[in-house]
Amino acid sequence: MGRRTVVPFGPQHPVLPEPIHLDLVIEDEKVIEAVPSIGYVHRGLEKLVETREYKDYVYIAERICGICSFIHSLAFCQGIETIMDVEVPERAHYLRTIWSEYSRMHSHLLWMGLFADAMGFENLFMEAWRIREQVLDAMEETTGGRVIQGSCKVGGVRKDISAGKLKEMSSDLDRISAEVTEMNHVFFDDSTVIHRTRGVGYLSKDDAYKLGACGPTARGCGVAIDIRETGYAAYPELDFKPVVENAGDCYSRCMVRAKEVVQSADLIQQAIAKIPDGDIDVKVRGNPDGEYFSRVEQPRGECIHYLKGNGTKYLVRERVRTPTLTNIPPLVKMLAGCEMADVPVIVLTIDPCIGCAER
Amino acid sequence: MAKITFTMAKRIFKSLTGGPATRRYPAVPARRYDASRGHIEINIEDCIYCGLCSRHCPAHAIEVSKPERTWQIDRARCIICNSCAEACPKDCIYMSNVYHEPVTSPILIEKIQGPEPAPKPEKKE
Repeated sequence: MGRRTVVPFGPQHPVLPEPIHLDLVIEDEKVIEAVPSIGYVHRGLEKLVETREYKDYVYIAERICGICSFIHSLAFCQGIETIMDVEVPERAHYLRTIWSEYSRMHSHLLWMGLFADAMGFENLFMEAWRIREQVLDAMEETTGGRVIQGSCKVGGVRKDISAGKLKEMSSDLDRISAEVTEMNHVFFDDSTVIHRTRGVGYLSKDDAYKLGACGPTARGCGVAIDIRETGYAAYPELDFKPVVENAGDCYSRCMVRAKEVVQSADLIQQAIAKIPDGDIDVKVRGNPDGEYFSRVEQPRGECIHYLKGNGTKYLVRERVRTPTLTNIPPLVKMLAGCEMADVPVIVLTIDPCIGCAER
Repeated sequence: MAKITFTMAKRIFKSLTGGPATRRYPAVPARRYDASRGHIEINIEDCIYCGLCSRHCPAHAIEVSKPERTWQIDRARCIICNSCAEACPKDCIYMSNVYHEPVTSPILIEKIQGPEPAPKPEKKE
């Protein structure tokens, strides 16, 4: 047995977009154990629910995460609407779905760029982010914000998209989808990517399920969990099946995300084809009294907003459980036994978003 | 191999003829749309100093004083959510699609003094 050393990894590390700290116990070049710790970017956003009106808190809910922002506001609004028995117009449901899927596309493309960067594949990184820019432009043109869209509100949505713009978005998505498919060939077939990812960071299906993995981390291990199947927003009317890969390594997690980008583009096109005319919001009167667990599928996995109101305009409690938090135990499991040089790649495959895990 | 070469050649040709994917900001202005949220502005002449904007601001960035007839915004606190513009009963607050200019001072409080109230018409007896 060789001598054991503890190598600190993070919170400031070139490969990490956000601060997570790992104490890596290594023997020679092998990682024996990884001890994670978070707590560097806590902002206390849950506490703010007591001092902001529930309708205004949507803006804060949206700022929990800088990437899946729209889906956080959707989860919050959905929760309040269920507590207050508000019937949201059908068109609003479709618009919410369209923007959710745009968020997923931009999040996955961002991740694919970062992942390529972690492998040292700079060209691919720039290619992914070049495509992502078109998605961000579509979001800015329709909602006013590139990432923080601010278009969801309790009772519907704030902004409508004209029929002409929807048609234009649909044809743009054809082009984006073709570009992503072309780029995906590099992710799937290039020997650099395969060398760095195949067989690295293996997690078995049982472990993924037992340790509570969610989102692409779970789907990459063969666990077909996708909260979109539970049927919120307009998803019940759309035809989709969760993307599942069975290998359980970094390569299959990458494949899940790469395929989901194309699937999201398809879902948006389906939604555009089926979107009904009508109102986009209803007037919400009164205050929420009751509690509800609102579940949505974020780009990283399942996100839960627990909301509790007592009949006043201020909620009593909001609790958010983000997908990154549940993906940390599987990450620790994946890291045990890997090579020191593979740690950045493995950490990135769970797509850590510490900003929203700590709020 | 032939396929890879063809893909690369296509990409190289596109990059050579298509120009850069980025733009030379600030020489070329940033892309903006009608809906883009740039920064909040106010037509102080129409303001009735009701304070609804201040009450609805999730970041507590706006302060309104009725006796002094002032409207104040802290640009560093403002999260550009458009909540104040929606709450305004006189529609005198609006969102400009141009970003606020860069500043060198850390204090970004803008205090806007409203005009003196028009003299009340004397009651005719």
